[in-house]
Amino acid sequence: MSDVAIQTEELGKRYNIGVGTRGYDTLRESIVNTAKSLGRRVKRGSSETAEGRTVWALKDVSVTVRTGEVVGLIGHNGAGKSTLLKILSRIVEPSTGWADVTGRAGSLLEVGTGFHPELTGRENIFLNGAILGMRRSEIRARFDEIVEFADMEQFLDTPVKRYSSGMSVRLAFAVAAHLEPEILLVDEVLAVGDAAFQRKSLAKMSEVASEGRTVIFVSHNLAIIQALCQRGILLERGRAVVDGPVGETVDQYLRSLEMGASDDLLDRADRDGRSWRQSQISRLALYDGISGKPDVVVGGRPARIVVELTEILPMTECRLTIVNSLGQPVASLDSELSAPVDTRDSELGPQIQCSIDMISLLPGRYRIDVLLKGRRQIQDGLHAAAFFEVQPGVIGERPMPISGAEGDVVIPHSWRLPVP
Amino acid sequence: MEQTAVKEPPEKAVVTGHRPETIRLKPTRGFSRVLSPKELWRYRDLAFQIAARDVTVRYRQTALGAAWAVLQPVGFMVVFTIFFGNLAGVSSDGQPYALFALTALVPWTFFANAMLLGSESLVSNSALVSKIYFPRIFMPAGAIAAGFVDLSVSLVILTVIVLVWGVVPTLAVLLLPLLIAIMAAAVMGVAAGLSAVNVRYRDVRYVIPFTVQMWLFATPIAYPSSLLDEPWRVISAINPMVGVVEGFRWAFLGSPDAPWALIGVSAASALVFLAAGLAYFDRVERAFADVI
Repeated sequence: MSDVAIQTEELGKRYNIGVGTRGYDTLRESIVNTAKSLGRRVKRGSSETAEGRTVWALKDVSVTVRTGEVVGLIGHNGAGKSTLLKILSRIVEPSTGWADVTGRAGSLLEVGTGFHPELTGRENIFLNGAILGMRRSEIRARFDEIVEFADMEQFLDTPVKRYSSGMSVRLAFAVAAHLEPEILLVDEVLAVGDAAFQRKSLAKMSEVASEGRTVIFVSHNLAIIQALCQRGILLERGRAVVDGPVGETVDQYLRSLEMGASDDLLDRADRDGRSWRQSQISRLALYDGISGKPDVVVGGRPARIVVELTEILPMTECRLTIVNSLGQPVASLDSELSAPVDTRDSELGPQIQCSIDMISLLPGRYRIDVLLKGRRQIQDGLHAAAFFEVQPGVIGERPMPISGAEGDVVIPHSWRLPVP
Repeated sequence: MEQTAVKEPPEKAVVTGHRPETIRLKPTRGFSRVLSPKELWRYRDLAFQIAARDVTVRYRQTALGAAWAVLQPVGFMVVFTIFFGNLAGVSSDGQPYALFALTALVPWTFFANAMLLGSESLVSNSALVSKIYFPRIFMPAGAIAAGFVDLSVSLVILTVIVLVWGVVPTLAVLLLPLLIAIMAAAVMGVAAGLSAVNVRYRDVRYVIPFTVQMWLFATPIAYPSSLLDEPWRVISAINPMVGVVEGFRWAFLGSPDAPWALIGVSAASALVFLAAGLAYFDRVERAFADVI
């Protein structure tokens, strides 16, 4: 059991984001880009070369994973988690250092990528199995198991293009889950399917982990990471900054999230959306609706979330997700699901306001993830754009439980109780 | 990645035995993967599955199915016969012009389709390439392998047409496998090289149909290679399709003298195409997932 399954030494991955290195999609783009780069060169002198702008997605990562360990990789967007998995699964080559991988490694970087819509479920099981590195004989031996797990015997000979998205995800996960490699690399696959299937998948994952196979697991859901893994590695800007028991790593990650949140959001590099954003989120804060104090709200009281932007675009929309301290989403507030009470105001300036009638959350710390849309496209997105504290309050004249309550939400309610 | 090293609990052992192998992943330079037979053998099942997928997908939900394999060369034959054979009066070395064109169009259709599909294969499977490891060469190779199904169908039809016309193929038909091998080697080299360039520069997508057209006219399909004087005729066989096309005519229609010189030059040239295409593919393969 103490054999080394994965060992990396000063592993690094560099991406060139300079001109001429990213691969242009069309000749036209190529010409436009060449012209632009010429323009830049004229403006700034000839100092900027194509080699000039490089980003280290991963830098000097040296870790050792023993056979049978279940390791969670934690970190912000763009911290290098997926890059590390891609190197370990041989999809991309490292730029520096090395990694030794002992035994067959299977990766679930995105389930169902090998599916072809014109092929039937049966044909896709064989194709996808082969893509994941299974032998034909292995797939045949596990075929019934896979079909049973996915629970879709009656659709086996239907082309996958007629499947609902839930069905194809189920089938894809079923194939992947029966891969039985010695090392399993998993990236956010449990975020798919309905709740029942997620539970089944999670059970399968812990079964895999308990069979003594090595698992490296990436998820934003810290609760799942803590449930599955013993060890956690925190990546920050491509470096492994914490490596230890999963609880400690998660605590460290939450602390780093909060530290990052107090900064000006424009400094953050871990953003979603296109690289040529027309509008960015510059600030986000939550205020108590009565006291007006930022970052703290008393449960049961109204609150207001203010998102500040760099640019007002047509068709600006915003989605806020409130996430608990374990990384589990609690509620989504989406301006695209519009209601008569919503207003669009040309006097408002570059900001979005979201008023909450009543914070019906249990006391604790929460964070807000934000996604900004404009011109029908995702412009910007940030995880943990702000943190706030819910203090014990009263909801519907009933005091909130202060400790020992399960869940995150308080629902206003009333009882009728019998009397003897 | 090691297929033979699957460690199974004893009660459901499917593959047994060896100690797991350690693979070192590090920056590589020069040639590395494509030419590693061990790596290709490990993933042989995938190669088969990809080719099978390409065959199945090509004709699923098409009304005419495998008839397309025949319609394309026959359509060109009709057009060529009308315009080049009858109107322009292009020589056909004494053969009926329609047969003369068709025997050349059958291998040409394989070559042109394999070149088109092979060159697009990596880009049209970009989701796979950026998400999963496998020897990337299987993508162009699978697209070409799938073309053999079409080729077999059209070869059968060609044989029937030739016989119905009253022409008896010579014993040289036994050399068809060699001619097909020359053609496959050449197109494999071209498709491997172009598919790799396509990953970085999507311009290739627009260049390829044009190249195929030019190549069609650079090959003696509508006209006989005897229009060229020696030594240009033999030199023109640097285009591997020259030897293949003239070889096909010799085999099916029994042209008077065997085009050995053409076939020899074309075979050598096809090997150069193959080596160059694979070498380029191998050098840039490692960066596919980074730039696709």
